[in-house]
Amino acid sequence: MTTLEASAKTLSLTKFMAGDFKSDLKPIWCPGCGDFGVVTAITRALANIGRAPHEIAFVSGIGCSSRIPGYTTAYGFNTVHGRSLPIAQGIKLANPELLVLVASGDGDGFSIGGGHVAHAVRRNIDITYIVMDNQIYGLTKGQLSPTSSRGRKTVTSSFGSIEDPVNPLLYVMGYGASYVAQGTPADMTGLAKIIEEGIRFPGFAFINVQSPCVTYGMEDQQLKAHKTNMQSLESIGHDPSDRAKATELAREYGTKLYTGVLYRNPNPPSTYGQGVIERHDALKKSAVPRHEILNRFKPSN
Amino acid sequence: MSNATEAVSSSGGAQKVSRINEVVIRIAGNSQDGIQAIGGFLARLAGRSEQEVMTFMTIPSTISGGPSIFQVRVGSGEVLTAGDDADVLLCFYQHSYEGHINSLKKKGIVLYDSDHVVPKEEWLSDYHHVGIPISSLTVEAIGGTAKDKGKNIYSLGLIARMFDLNVPKLEKLLGERFGGKDVSILNNALAAFHAGYANSPSNVVETFQITDSQKKDGHQVVMNGNEAIGYGLIAAGVRFGAGYPITPWTDIMELLRRELPKYGGSFIQCEDEIASVSMALGASYAGRVAVTGSSGPGISLKTEAIGWAVMAEMPLIVINVQRGGPSTGMPTNIEQSDLNIAINGGHGDAPRVVLAPANVEDCFYMAIEAVNIARKYNTPVFFLTDQGIATRIEAFTEPNLEKVCQDISPDLTPVASHKPYDLAAKDGVTPHVKPGTRILDGKYPIATGLEHDEYGHPSGSPKVHMLQNAKRRKKLQALGATLPLPKIYGPSEGNILLVGWGSTEGPIREAVDRFRAAGDSVSAIHLRHVNPLPNGLENIFSGFNHVFVVEMNDEGLYGIGQLGTILRARYADAKIQGINKTDGLTWKVKEIVELVKAKAGK
Ligand SMILES: Cc1ncc(C[n+]2csc(CCOP(=O)(O)OP(=O)(O)O)c2C)c(N)n1
Ligand code: SF4
Ligand SMILES: [Mg+2]
Repeated sequence: MTTLEASAKTLSLTKFMAGDFKSDLKPIWCPGCGDFGVVTAITRALANIGRAPHEIAFVSGIGCSSRIPGYTTAYGFNTVHGRSLPIAQGIKLANPELLVLVASGDGDGFSIGGGHVAHAVRRNIDITYIVMDNQIYGLTKGQLSPTSSRGRKTVTSSFGSIEDPVNPLLYVMGYGASYVAQGTPADMTGLAKIIEEGIRFPGFAFINVQSPCVTYGMEDQQLKAHKTNMQSLESIGHDPSDRAKATELAREYGTKLYTGVLYRNPNPPSTYGQGVIERHDALKKSAVPRHEILNRFKPSN
Repeated sequence: MSNATEAVSSSGGAQKVSRINEVVIRIAGNSQDGIQAIGGFLARLAGRSEQEVMTFMTIPSTISGGPSIFQVRVGSGEVLTAGDDADVLLCFYQHSYEGHINSLKKKGIVLYDSDHVVPKEEWLSDYHHVGIPISSLTVEAIGGTAKDKGKNIYSLGLIARMFDLNVPKLEKLLGERFGGKDVSILNNALAAFHAGYANSPSNVVETFQITDSQKKDGHQVVMNGNEAIGYGLIAAGVRFGAGYPITPWTDIMELLRRELPKYGGSFIQCEDEIASVSMALGASYAGRVAVTGSSGPGISLKTEAIGWAVMAEMPLIVINVQRGGPSTGMPTNIEQSDLNIAINGGHGDAPRVVLAPANVEDCFYMAIEAVNIARKYNTPVFFLTDQGIATRIEAFTEPNLEKVCQDISPDLTPVASHKPYDLAAKDGVTPHVKPGTRILDGKYPIATGLEHDEYGHPSGSPKVHMLQNAKRRKKLQALGATLPLPKIYGPSEGNILLVGWGSTEGPIREAVDRFRAAGDSVSAIHLRHVNPLPNGLENIFSGFNHVFVVEMNDEGLYGIGQLGTILRARYADAKIQGINKTDGLTWKVKEIVELVKAKAGK
């Protein structure tokens, strides 16, 4: 055995701690930004999952929130604004062994990248999509976001917004997502738990995180307000397998801050990856040996 | 038709039989008449008879069809183009007759459907008119209302008789095409074919035999450019891709969606072109060099992600089957107006590789080359073809598949440490370590579109930006130094050098032949590697008084076209000039000859 292989062997026996998934890089976020809590919750969830860092691909788009892969230890992929979902799907399809996490912001995920969400949901590729929803464009310094509430004043809505916001929960529910949850760094244990559960869920999992922007966010969107306003779905007796009820509760996005699993399909539908495997098995016999691939273009007599 | 000599018809008729070296047949009708099908049969037959063949077609952009032509040139010697002028014009309608008679050689044969075409008095002496009631004879042969379905096959029978084509081989081709669950379809096709073959019109006084090919170099394969690219990618080991439909790229996508799953791969039809390029990049990042592609506006949509691939140093194949632009433009036109976007598309300094196959055979081999360049240099590679090469059917020697097929499955052997953007790397070329690979020092890299240090961590340092810009540039320069100089067609010194790229090689070479036959000193080179360019072109240019860059794009603000402008900029030589057009049709040899004469002031 080479030394490389030997150390690889020992490494694979290691148990992981949350700290193993934090990188040495110092975040550039504003002190107090909600995203600090999200990275902690993600690393805790990963430690519980127990996959080694090299087996994890962590994909993001562009935004304050999308910096997150840089602050974790895994194969990080900081991509193009709005395109984290298709990139992540490509990674998972090319190497189904990988655990694929996607991080995005409300702008990245529901404005410029909004068109990809429906297709990621319906394709149902086994990836976990975490959106840090701060109802503002943080990185570009405080413009209106697709989840900003009507009437909200920002640098691009000096007189107050005259548009209704997107409802991320209802959006993915509407397209038939099988795992939909919401959390806040105000409840770290709960957040880590729904992320872990999302990762374990076989199929596309969506987690909306109300992650406060301390710099451009409003009073009632800060951790302090979350602590008093949040209501765990469990505490109100919500049954996550009840799709109709989940949809009803999702409508209260923007007025109520529910945390926990909103919907978990009790019979997870088959994933795209499973479809691919079945297709491969069915078509294997029609593959021709490599030296015969051009036979159909040859004289057949 | 050339070199006519007497021979005996194998069909045993008493007619005069002439031996010819080559023939150009133009079929004109509406696309729903199955024009492409007859042309395709003729081309495939020629290929299977080890003859040289080249085709050219136009298709209307509407699904409901419209006027359409298919031209096929078959010969026993080297065939460079689909031919300027036809020897035989087969026309189904008055508009096909009147619209295409000009492309027939004087004394050529017009074979027309007398049910629809009334010959014009003034053309009767110039062309040999042969009228056959093709529509009604087809109905007679196969009955019912199937006339629009079968008249192409009936005509194929006529042509087969006229050129003494190999009937068993054609029957076999018909079987491959129409043989399915419903035997009546094949039976109808065969009935139409034999009825056409049996109709020996009294006024077709001669039949022809194309002499046997001189080629003795093994078996040929016959396919179009899109097929060659698709199978080239499969041979290269590509197993993943993503795309969105758009003409004329779609054929490649359909082929890959059908074939890749048989080999354990996938081709995803995405929600749009941005998702396609992104998904392909995800797959490349995960270790499966992936392909995406498009045409026209779809290419514009991909440019942001391609810039990202340059920055993050990801391998990627981007097929661009060019069409007339800008915007939705001229979807079915042949144009070479995407060179600029391929080389420079997107913001920032984003060097990437651009390859341009010159013929169908190139499409196959260069697809493999593209994959290997992308893997070695971790760069996006643009593969530029156009409608002309995409649908053109050519025959070429069967590749040695045992030799060219490769397995490029990712290697996930653990590594001690990894700096994906190592500034000390020789020639700026760093390996791509795929996720799934254990890195023993525990430092996992991040791939990012932000400027970054050697590990991929975002960096705002101007010094780092300059060094990484240099890294991305240097690796392409290193590639450039390995590229072969194009072979000069004709002597290496003379008056005029024609420079082309992409699908125009055939007509440019034939123009050179024509010039030289007339005693003019003209040579040509054809560039397959357009970015980076091979080193040393200046040494070729120095042997000539004029360098004319022949392209199918607009001459542009400065009058020298897209490649012309690049060559001018690089070599700062005023003798480099452009010969350009954007009429959407392949170059005719005589067009090139005339424009060259005008430019050279002769
Ligand atoms: C194509 C493109 N357009 C615009 C931008 C600029 N931009 C970067 S991040 C961002 C919005 C970020 O908002 P969000 O996704 O909510 O993330 P946050 O910073 O709030 O976490 C914008 C507009 C960009 N990088 N790329
Ligand atoms: S701007 Fe807002 S979202 Fe961005 S780092 Fe600062 S607090 Fe966080
Ligand atoms: Mg935001």
